[in-house]
Amino acid sequence: MKKTRVATVWLDGCSGCHMSFLDMDERILEIAPKIELVYSPLVDNKEFPEDVDVTIVEGAVSSEEDLHKIQKIRARTKILVALGDCAVTSNVPGMRNPFDTQAVLARAYLENAQENQHVPTDVIPPLLKRVRPINEVVKVDVFVPGCPPSADAIFFVVSELLEGRLPDLSERVKFG
Amino acid sequence: MSTPSRVITLTLDDREVGAHTDQTILEVARENGIVIPTLCHLEGLLPIGACRICLVEVVGSNKLLPACATKVTDGMRVITQSERLTRYRRRVVEFLFASGNHICAVCVSNHHCELQDMAVYTGMSHLTEPYRYPKLRVDASHERFVQDDNRCILCQRCVRVCAEIEGAHTWDVMGRGIEARVITDLNQPWGESDTCTSCSKCVQVCPTGALSIKGMAAAEMKKRKHFLAQYWTLKEEES
Ligand code: SF4
Ligand code: SF4
Ligand code: SF4
Ligand code: FES
Repeated sequence: MKKTRVATVWLDGCSGCHMSFLDMDERILEIAPKIELVYSPLVDNKEFPEDVDVTIVEGAVSSEEDLHKIQKIRARTKILVALGDCAVTSNVPGMRNPFDTQAVLARAYLENAQENQHVPTDVIPPLLKRVRPINEVVKVDVFVPGCPPSADAIFFVVSELLEGRLPDLSERVKFG
Repeated sequence: MSTPSRVITLTLDDREVGAHTDQTILEVARENGIVIPTLCHLEGLLPIGACRICLVEVVGSNKLLPACATKVTDGMRVITQSERLTRYRRRVVEFLFASGNHICAVCVSNHHCELQDMAVYTGMSHLTEPYRYPKLRVDASHERFVQDDNRCILCQRCVRVCAEIEGAHTWDVMGRGIEARVITDLNQPWGESDTCTSCSKCVQVCPTGALSIKGMAAAEMKKRKHFLAQYWTLKEEES
């Protein structure tokens, strides 16, 4: 049987959703033989590959880098899964949205810094004016809210996708 | 004088049920074990039909009607569940999420919130419209309570419980449409209110994390509304 090409991506999130994925424990062994993990924070691969069947995205779209990444990912992925509240609602990263980016940077790098007070210009990618949930930027096929979503919900989603079905999560909605 | 209540029959979905003309569709549905979702409505407070989540279809009317604020009539045929209603109700919940700033993960009411419950009930897994991210106020001037407009859905339960039960009428609504906000007294900080008795009724009936007890961490705020039932039992015993 041809393995499903799966990628996982981490945009503006805390890695909690990836942790919850790993919380599936031994059920991962059930899934593992059916997938080929082609890209992930755990895989040493710099360039996002072509022809990915399923990409699971944690985190919101906060910077220009996130924006370019997600656009490329969308173009190269058949089924895009928004995993967790940051990806689905913008969640905690989005708390800066009522304020402008200059005020946010000043808060982080000037007001709250004790030493070396200056706003970096080359190390961090430019921030977008507003942090966005993924579906405000590209089309999303499956939404899995939760902060983080439970390992059970993630297992259900992945199992369904591996069976070639689009998971129906309307009975499993959970925010926060 | 209102006309005396009569006994009538109507159909709720496919069931024929008996009712009194002074009852609302919601009351009759609940008596018969039929679930209609509600948010602004709270038993014991006057219905105002503010949130529209309880909309139902009435055969012969091209408008959807709020079950909490519509009286039953003889021969009425009500549909409480349909694809169209599910779609409308989900939209209502979406608008409520989009118009505030709901960061459930860090909210005092996380996992104990009626707005979240409605997202689950209507199967709202995401928003189909962009979020607004308005800049809203937090008022922590009261000694014991906090008000956070970011989480307010303008159900006006606070306004009603304070005026109707506590008799203080500290709360009111200022502004219209998306600018509308609840305020204390003449838009003074809550902590400087002359009318508030600090009874906490508003906090307890608030369906979201918009009103909370000071010092709560995320997910710690659990509301208690049973005093309303007690109040009405006492009233009945008095009369
Ligand atoms: S009020 Fe409810 S929906 Fe809003 S942030 Fe708090 S828990 Fe979430
Ligand atoms: S604490 Fe009591 S008196 Fe004060 S605003 Fe709330 S309901 Fe009104
Ligand atoms: S503060 Fe709470 S009770 Fe008052 S209108 Fe807002 S959501 Fe409703
Ligand atoms: S519950 Fe009926 S309009 Fe809000």
